Amino acid sequence: MQKRIIYFDNNATTAVDPEVFEAMKPFFSERYGNPSSIYSFGGSVAAEIKKARAQVAALLGADHQDEHGNFTEVIFTSCGTESDNAAIYSAVENCPRRKKVVMSKIEHPAVLNVGKDLERRGYKVAYAPVDGRGRIDLQRLEDLIDENTAIVSVMWANNETGNIYPVEEIAAMAHRYGALFHTDAVQAVGKIPINLKNSQIDMLSLSGHKLHAPKGIGVLYVRRGIRFRPFIVGGHQEKGRRGGTENTASIVALGKACELAGKNMSIENTQVKALRDRLEKGIIESIPSIKINADLDNRLPNTASVSFEFIEGEAILLRLDQFGICASSGSACTTGSLEPSHVLRAMGIPYTSAHGTIRFSLSRFNTGEEVDFVIKTLPPIIAELRSYSPYWQEK
Amino acid sequence: MWDYNNKVMDHFLHPRNVGEVENADAVGDVGNITCGDALKLTLKIGADGRIEEVKFKTFGCASAIASSSALTEIVKGMTLEEAGKVTNRDIVDVLGELPEEKLHCSVMGMEALQAAIANYKGEKSPFEGDADHEGRIVCKCFGVTDTKIRKVAKENNLHKTEEITNYCKAGGACGACLDSIQEILDGLWKEKGEAAPELEKSAFAGMSVVQRVIRVQEVIDKAIKPMLESDGGSIELVDIKDNVVIVRLKGRCAVCPSSHVTLKHTVEDQLREFISKEIVVESI
Repeated sequence: MQKRIIYFDNNATTAVDPEVFEAMKPFFSERYGNPSSIYSFGGSVAAEIKKARAQVAALLGADHQDEHGNFTEVIFTSCGTESDNAAIYSAVENCPRRKKVVMSKIEHPAVLNVGKDLERRGYKVAYAPVDGRGRIDLQRLEDLIDENTAIVSVMWANNETGNIYPVEEIAAMAHRYGALFHTDAVQAVGKIPINLKNSQIDMLSLSGHKLHAPKGIGVLYVRRGIRFRPFIVGGHQEKGRRGGTENTASIVALGKACELAGKNMSIENTQVKALRDRLEKGIIESIPSIKINADLDNRLPNTASVSFEFIEGEAILLRLDQFGICASSGSACTTGSLEPSHVLRAMGIPYTSAHGTIRFSLSRFNTGEEVDFVIKTLPPIIAELRSYSPYWQEK
Repeated sequence: MWDYNNKVMDHFLHPRNVGEVENADAVGDVGNITCGDALKLTLKIGADGRIEEVKFKTFGCASAIASSSALTEIVKGMTLEEAGKVTNRDIVDVLGELPEEKLHCSVMGMEALQAAIANYKGEKSPFEGDADHEGRIVCKCFGVTDTKIRKVAKENNLHKTEEITNYCKAGGACGACLDSIQEILDGLWKEKGEAAPELEKSAFAGMSVVQRVIRVQEVIDKAIKPMLESDGGSIELVDIKDNVVIVRLKGRCAVCPSSHVTLKHTVEDQLREFISKEIVVESI
């Protein structure tokens, strides 16, 4: 029998919602037509893609339609990483005079490593720092932006801490210098309300598998009127902005997932948040010498980043795994790199706690019973590992 | 996720000899919290000079805990002389295997043991932070000295910088010292007379005359001549002086206006790729 799994790692990926799975199934077997084909066996699939595009647009509040009722601001891609790459490279290639890019230090590697690549190509890339709670000082960010800046990219919400950033303000700031603004909203979409209707945000990336759609599907939102240069050149798909035959099943799935995310949005901020708070409270009350890493007043409702001092994260995760509990860590040892995560380092979290940082991230599929099981299971694990640690002194 | 074997998981989930020996005769303290792992080993030495009791406390990942636990099982009952010969390989052998990136955990075990033995003898720990006389710090992030890099390289027959990082972490953070590590390795294996394969290529001038002629002729015959012949040309080796290879272009190549391009881009590139980057080609 398979071990019971308690899945508290929803910022890594999520379960495909059963309704979403049902919606995508026919596009593997019965409705496999190419949406570009002239006959109705293909054309009817194109109609489903159009519907999915509308569903995504509705969740984002991206309400611009062309004369045929297509929500043209939504471009389907293969993943969040492709969307991030497409946005930033498009911006710099469309503004050849501007040789600078500004981003935060705590961006996802999908953005940070585009920065590194642009540096190699001769661009100047400025990285905005964060404080101990992971907040960006807007004044210091603005100091980095100038008339030479092609694009500013700051994530909507951080994957490790759950911190939410004031992207609207930052977008307005970028526009004051004539720069474009892109946000990696992979962790935000589906967890907090988003409305791009009267927004200054030029481009936004999202990823299907973070909101109960399958892996391998993403979206880049490009506000109408923004010049866009395709990242993948090919056929006329996505109005020539992203070549390649459409991933029809996954596009339909993402549409359905966005519809459900819209319906369930209130659950995120009530039920999921209550579970997260109950988990944090339980940990705080039962385990000494811990720290929550986040901007507590301004973070996703599902994420808890907890540092357990004087022990190491991989050891904690492998002990939790014995009980079927899935979480992740900002520690070095789990990834093979030797330093703690770039986010924790940017926040200046001391090494005494950075190495022992665990991220729990919940979803609407988690239950109170699961939370209670984790609260019951965790303290003896932490106590035992601390009893092995040369730094731990019983207080 | 790491693929730890059952033995490693067993030592991690049920570590042997955790704690601190009371009134220990020897204490070995290595690593620190910044580096992500640390080990404190305490020993009780019996009247017969053997290790009567041994305990550990470890801050670190599963493989660090498992390595420490395995170490205590190895050394229990040994004389200090025997214990002094225990290496990180012995720890890995008890555990069956460790992922490459985790080998530094076994090295930490060996170091703690050696530090404890030094402590018992009233000597200074060879691994203390200010052990500058034991070498200069090469990796600033993890405080690893050139002495230690040479030591792990020799003991484990390491030739590549990635291997050094796996064994002692040096170069694993900012990476600024990777070139210095490579230099140390090059120097070390040169001293020992077993040139690393990469080294062989770059030491063209150091080869005997006969060796140089044989190698160059081989590349000319097998790689360069067929290319030139397909265009109706040919080539012959005339002489080799130090790193300068002198050739004569023949056939169409001899009268071709772009023969200097052929010389640099075909002949020289091929010889550099197959034999040594130092090679310069001239024609007569």
